[in-house]
Amino acid sequence: MEKKKVVLGVIGSDAHAVGNKILDYSLTNAGYEVVNIGVLSPQEDFINAAIETNADAIFVSSLYGHGEIDCKGLREKCNEAGLNDILLYVGGNIVVGKQDWDDVKKRFLDMGFDRVYPPGTAAEVGIKDLTEDLSKRG
Amino acid sequence: MDAYLFIDFGSTFTKLTLVDIEREEIIATEKAYTTVETDVTIGYENALKKLKEKTNGEYNIIKKLACSSAAGGLKIIAIGLVPELTAEAAKRAALGAGAKVIKTYSFKLNNSELEEIKNSNADMILLAGGTDGGNSDTIIHNAEMINKFNLSIPIVVAGNKSSNDEIIGIFGGNIEYHITENVMPNLNHINVNPARETIRNIFMKEIVHAKGMENVENSISGILMPTPASVLKAAEALSMGSRDEEGIGDLAVLDIGGATTDVHSIADGEPTNPGVFLRGLEEPHSKRTVEGDLGMRYSAISVFEAAGTRTMKKYLKYDDLDIEKEVHKRSTNPSFVATDEKEIDFDEAMAKVCADISMKRHAGFLETVYSPLGNIHTQEGKDLMKLPYLLGTGGVIVNSKNPKDILSAATFTMEDPTSLKPREPKFLLDKEYILSAMGLLTMVDINMAVRMLKKYIVEI
Ligand code: B12
Repeated sequence: MEKKKVVLGVIGSDAHAVGNKILDYSLTNAGYEVVNIGVLSPQEDFINAAIETNADAIFVSSLYGHGEIDCKGLREKCNEAGLNDILLYVGGNIVVGKQDWDDVKKRFLDMGFDRVYPPGTAAEVGIKDLTEDLSKRG
Repeated sequence: MDAYLFIDFGSTFTKLTLVDIEREEIIATEKAYTTVETDVTIGYENALKKLKEKTNGEYNIIKKLACSSAAGGLKIIAIGLVPELTAEAAKRAALGAGAKVIKTYSFKLNNSELEEIKNSNADMILLAGGTDGGNSDTIIHNAEMINKFNLSIPIVVAGNKSSNDEIIGIFGGNIEYHITENVMPNLNHINVNPARETIRNIFMKEIVHAKGMENVENSISGILMPTPASVLKAAEALSMGSRDEEGIGDLAVLDIGGATTDVHSIADGEPTNPGVFLRGLEEPHSKRTVEGDLGMRYSAISVFEAAGTRTMKKYLKYDDLDIEKEVHKRSTNPSFVATDEKEIDFDEAMAKVCADISMKRHAGFLETVYSPLGNIHTQEGKDLMKLPYLLGTGGVIVNSKNPKDILSAATFTMEDPTSLKPREPKFLLDKEYILSAMGLLTMVDINMAVRMLKKYIVEI
């Protein structure tokens, strides 16, 4: 069977590189093909990478606190680019400081993300969800 | 004595270079006007006759090889999926093959785009799209469109390998196609060489016939490639050497012609400053860019438009010349030869503008991202700051009394602080004007080509 493909990157002007490496490693080990666009990635780079590679999901990381601004409009742009049902996950330290998690999660779900992860989430959690979400689609 | 004859059918001149095989020396060079309207053979024979007189017919020519940019050169249309990704990779591959890229298309093409392609004067199409195993809808759609419109020029297919079988089925016996490796097999890697070679092969076997050059083919062994591809091959040989001969390392070539200015760089262009993040598409180690608006004659007016009066004045010694009049004179009369001091000064000022702007467009640049921690720098394109050599060729540089001054205009200045132009390269000169001939020699004997390049390319 062909490997499922995940575009992975750290969005915006965010240069935190460690989590990105760990996610790349864990996803690859779990049998996914990872298209890692690295740190400092604008929304367009996620979208372009997903189009060319025909990816199944996009993993967005944001660590430095500006996740909300950086992620705004990503789902709409995906739709515009014809990536209608691509899975969008986001994790890291996606907002500034300690905020009520349920509230944060809702805001990102409303933005069109399929899954939203709180700080310190292990890569495995996301991978398990991804495998589940993809198998639902068959 | 045995000799090789190398011929460069240029748009204006047909240039001949005779090489003594045993001594590895240039015996003589000669040129005559290219006669492409009637029969290129005439101009070639004129030059050959002069050459034979010069050498008293002492030499026994055992091989005659040519490159050509006559009859408009090789014109390619590049098609990809995303403009910044496979479409850009396809464009770079075509440029590396020495082609003029007349237009680049992306995404699924529509009828009017196909109409436009059909009515263009392209010699070939480079069809890419999708990484290997990635998107295949688009390239397949585009192949279907090409088939529907019955395009009669060769199609080089260099896209997602997983769609190749389907494309072969679509084209069948109707469309001439050549399958080669993907120009972008995965997102972080571009792979331009297989497409480059495929294009060159088609050029050699088919395109030259279509350009009314079949007569001359009977008198020579073959027209192997477009002239810019030959220059790039020579640059690669000088830089990287061969299995047996060492090259001189990273370098760039600045080639200022009548219609265009070409820049070739043979270098990875990795960041030289620590802590700089790379952005954008991977750069090919051998990269060619061509500036259609920068040239000494046909493009004289657009040089002025690109530069503006201020930049022109910066390079002019005499400021009492009417700049507009001077550029018009050159563009309406491409065979104009500058003779007096003022005219030569004007030509060289134009050359400096070409050098300055073409290198700026070729080299990468830094961008500052303002982050809460302070500034982060990102680099797009090649960092040529520490490039060791800059080699000049093309009539205006080769014939100049001050080639170093022209080349200097291509280096880094504080006026462009974010540009990654070479800072303090050593300047080299193609004194005998033999780069294209040496590119042809690499096809026969690469070791000899490296040795001759090291002998004839001089430091200034
Ligand atoms: C190392 C570090 C840095 C280094 C980064 C070096 C580098 N090149 O990577 C430096 C010093 C450069 C740095 C700079 C900054 N940092 Co910092 N940094 C950290 C630190 C200490 C560790 C980050 C790390 O590497 N963690 C280890 C990795 C493995 O974990 P991770 O990145 O969180 O990723 C894991 C999970 O979150 C998850 N994950 C991540 N993304 C996703 C996505 C999906 C879909 C899924 C499923 C899972 C997932 O998987 C990963 C694997 O376990 C954290 C604090 C902390 N302990 O987290 C602060 C921290 C992230 N930084 C912070 C800040 C504010 C900054 C700066 C803005 C300013 C500053 N104070 O220094 C700058 C920003 C620079 C920039 N433009 O990016 C804040 C962010 C605050 C916020 N979000 O509210 C933190 C939380 C520190 C704090 N408590 O204040 N930082």
